[in-house]
Amino acid sequence: MSSGGRPPLSRDEVAHVAVLARLALTDEELDRFTRQLAQVLDHAADVAALDLGGVVPTAHPLPLANVLRPDEPAPCLDRDEVLGAAPVVEDGRFRVPRIVGEAP
Amino acid sequence: MSPGAPAGPASDLVGPAASDWETVVGLEVHCELKTVTKLFCGCPNSFGDEPDTNVCPVCLGLPGSLPVLNEQAVELAMRIGAALQAEVRPSTFHRKNYFYPDMPKDYQISQYDEPINVGGWLDLPDGSRVGIVRAHLEEDTGKTTHQGAGGRIHSADYALVDYNRAGVPLVEIVSEPDIRSAAQARTYAAELRAVLVATGASDGRMEEGSLRVDANVSVRRVGEQRFGTRCEIKNLNSLRSLARAVEHEAARQVAVLEAGGAVVQETRHWDEEAGRTIAMRSKEEAFDYRYFQEPDLVPLAPDAAWQERAAASIGLLPAARRHRLLALLGQDRTGAQEDQVQSVVDQGLDDFVVAAVSAGSPAPLALVRASNELAADVGAAQRLEPSSFAALCKLEASGELTATQAKAVLAELVEAGGGDPAAVARSKGFEAMSADSLAGVVAQVVEANPDEWRRYAAGDDKLAGFFTGQVMKVTGGKADGKAVAAELRGRREQQA
Repeated sequence: MSSGGRPPLSRDEVAHVAVLARLALTDEELDRFTRQLAQVLDHAADVAALDLGGVVPTAHPLPLANVLRPDEPAPCLDRDEVLGAAPVVEDGRFRVPRIVGEAP
Repeated sequence: MSPGAPAGPASDLVGPAASDWETVVGLEVHCELKTVTKLFCGCPNSFGDEPDTNVCPVCLGLPGSLPVLNEQAVELAMRIGAALQAEVRPSTFHRKNYFYPDMPKDYQISQYDEPINVGGWLDLPDGSRVGIVRAHLEEDTGKTTHQGAGGRIHSADYALVDYNRAGVPLVEIVSEPDIRSAAQARTYAAELRAVLVATGASDGRMEEGSLRVDANVSVRRVGEQRFGTRCEIKNLNSLRSLARAVEHEAARQVAVLEAGGAVVQETRHWDEEAGRTIAMRSKEEAFDYRYFQEPDLVPLAPDAAWQERAAASIGLLPAARRHRLLALLGQDRTGAQEDQVQSVVDQGLDDFVVAAVSAGSPAPLALVRASNELAADVGAAQRLEPSSFAALCKLEASGELTATQAKAVLAELVEAGGGDPAAVARSKGFEAMSADSLAGVVAQVVEANPDEWRRYAAGDDKLAGFFTGQVMKVTGGKADGKAVAAELRGRREQQA
């Protein structure tokens, strides 16, 4: 297997991705996932090793473009039903915990 | 600077040694599109409805739901592109991943490295040109309201979320960093708003959040070629906030640099009440969005025929509308009239002036009635029949109605959305006073006030106002003020 010239995946990178995905990993899990993810990347690197200069990138597996719908309204869901699925509701809206930081 | 851009206007003066520093600004304007439905589902795109009523499995991100692109949103995005001289390109959609409750999917669908509109520019009324990097499609987020601790972001106890806005179509217009002052930033945003309204893409209502502006601000020594470190300012909800925030942020950065410090690249929040920007997060905390192509959407590639239709459907743009009115006024127009032209075009009332002039009224008169009386309630005025306005101006221009009478009749026409101004005038008892009967009234008033007349005749012009008032009293306001003044002057000259 070839690494495609890319430096091997580090434990810190896996820890960073885990934070972004809001996953709490133990030390043992970090070691294990670093090993497994490195194998996955190695596999993908086989493709990276090929000369694909003349190949157009694939945007979608289906050979389609311009799938559009007319700007016409469709029925919405019933609000009571929607809010009934929420853990906490207040004032006809979803209530969520205190937000740390600001919207992106 | 974008290619071919003429030099911008002189920089704003900021800070203590202001003349040494130049402000550099690039703006990101988010424009909600005036579609009937959302970008990827059939929920109504409607401001002010009961919270969480315009929602469905797609915009709530429920499992198994699939987005389908709204054709009209693409149409409006291409109109915006055409108005900004951008190039329409084949484009794709990406997922921008982040954890924040304003998007129930935990990602926002946006265009990333292949946006629909690329390049272009906007020419401003001050003669400067601002380059456009891109104008891409994306979906809006839900509206979060922070509760507790006075509703402040950093100390709120919890938040309430309304997803009616989640999935509303947006076009984000990103400018080049070509803007060199707070005033120019404001002019750009105002002109862009007018362009967006003219294309039919936006209602332009900043107060309802349908246009939102973020500003990237940096400063550098005059003559320096490289850009300084920039900060992104959010929460700019009006043109005034934009100008103030840019001015304050530039001054803050100059102060930091002059004290020997360094500007930190970060996102800052504009606090309108305190009149300053506050750091929100630094670059180290910046989001890592892990963009990847949206697997549920196929590429978008409008053909040449659709692009041409979209470009052809945009009406006259604001610059052309201003030019049209200025041409009607001619060369000896005043600065005040040029200001009236700007405001009438910004408010979308210029077609009324054109209709009145085409029907034979003088342009200055029609312009005044549009920029004063029609502008008093733009929403109502836009429902008025232009032909009613044109007929009204004609009655005033010919002297059949006085200015006061014309204003009263116009108010009634605006309220009714149209009608025959002559009929309205008759119903109000406004009849034109013939010159003879006016002369009679003036004579009567002069005889009744001999002392005042002697002073006026001796050259005390202030008394003209007194006599005009007396004539108005006798005629119940039907006399034309200008005709009264002329009659008074005529009488005095005869006596002399």
